[in-house]
Amino acid sequence: MNINATLIGQAIAFAVFVWFCMKFVWPPLLGAIEERQKIIADGLEASDQAEKDLAVAQAQAAEQLKEAKAQAAEIIEQAKKRAKVLVDEETQRGHSERENIIAQGYAEIDAERNRAKEDLRKQVSALAIAGAEKILAREIDKDAQADIVAKLVDEL
Amino acid sequence: MASEYTTSEYIQHHLTNAVMCTTENGIAFNKACSDAGFWSWHIDTLLWSIGLGVLFLWVFTNAARKATTGVPTKGQAFIEMTIEFVNSNVNETFHGKNAVIAPLALTIFVWVLLMNLMDLVPVDILPTIAGFIGSSAFGMDPHDVYMKAVPTTDLNLTFALALGVFFLIIYYSIKIKGISGFVKELTMQPFNHWAFIPVNFILESVTLIARPLSLALRLFGNLYASELIFILIATLGLWQLPLHFPWAVFHILVLPLQAFIFMMLTIVYLSLAHEDH
Repeated sequence: MNINATLIGQAIAFAVFVWFCMKFVWPPLLGAIEERQKIIADGLEASDQAEKDLAVAQAQAAEQLKEAKAQAAEIIEQAKKRAKVLVDEETQRGHSERENIIAQGYAEIDAERNRAKEDLRKQVSALAIAGAEKILAREIDKDAQADIVAKLVDEL
Repeated sequence: MASEYTTSEYIQHHLTNAVMCTTENGIAFNKACSDAGFWSWHIDTLLWSIGLGVLFLWVFTNAARKATTGVPTKGQAFIEMTIEFVNSNVNETFHGKNAVIAPLALTIFVWVLLMNLMDLVPVDILPTIAGFIGSSAFGMDPHDVYMKAVPTTDLNLTFALALGVFFLIIYYSIKIKGISGFVKELTMQPFNHWAFIPVNFILESVTLIARPLSLALRLFGNLYASELIFILIATLGLWQLPLHFPWAVFHILVLPLQAFIFMMLTIVYLSLAHEDH
């Protein structure tokens, strides 16, 4: 338990250990720790930044989506209007065509009737002449009585 | 406990350092050195303390060499935890710029802790091995082979540490405040009047000298006492088993605490040395 030269030896050992620790142990280890702390801090900052960027991008996307929806609605609206116009026009055209066709039909029917009337008239006149011929039982000078026949035909 | 000892001989044997000295006949050991005076060496203290110090530096230098800034291995993380622990304690207490204090604190903490942990090695193992080696290799009587394996139970070691710290206290006091500032601190406090200079000087000198003295004696006293109790428990025969365990568990707290206190007080004393009044 007595103090002796061990004290000197220990003091020298202590000094050497502290010197060694100061030179070769402390700086690289603390350097590595601080470097890593910096990397972690940078990483955290980057993740914060990314989060912010993401929020901005999401807002932008939402905005664009809204715009697109509005545009789509507008386009649909326009298409509906156009369709309505087209349908109206077509209906209009259909109507007028039907009218035309009906009018034409009437005209044709009129013409046909007139033609039939004419035919009938001619046949009646021929019958009348034939009847008259039979009644008179003699030949009538066709040329001489043609005016009578024409008059008869006109009366029909 | 070897049966051929009496209890007091046993305790005496376990608490004696292995001594080496040079006499006229060359190198001598133990009892031959009883009148060698100052120039004798406690080779067990030197061996264990320097061995543990080299172990500490080897482990930490290895970690420093392999240190990456990426994901650390578990070993590196453990070393870095120790570094962080010491560094945060230094930064909390010491607010100046000094490249020595933090490595000094780390060295003190880890080295003293490792030496303290030798206290948990069962008290008979190392003396028995040393006795066996001494008797078989050198033909010595095993009773004359001493091996006190806890270096911090040697006053030489604790005083060497404390004197190292004391030297740094004085060095930084003079470096920061200048010689006049240091002398002024010793003589003009706490009573700032020329008539009180002798009183001040006595008070301040006691304060200054009490620092290394208390550092050395606290560590020595705690470890010596705990080692003594371990040895006493070992003399109890079968009863040592239930007693040894709680005492060892208790020292899981005490041993790091003593290392921590030594480190913390070193930091505090050195930051006081940096304070300019």
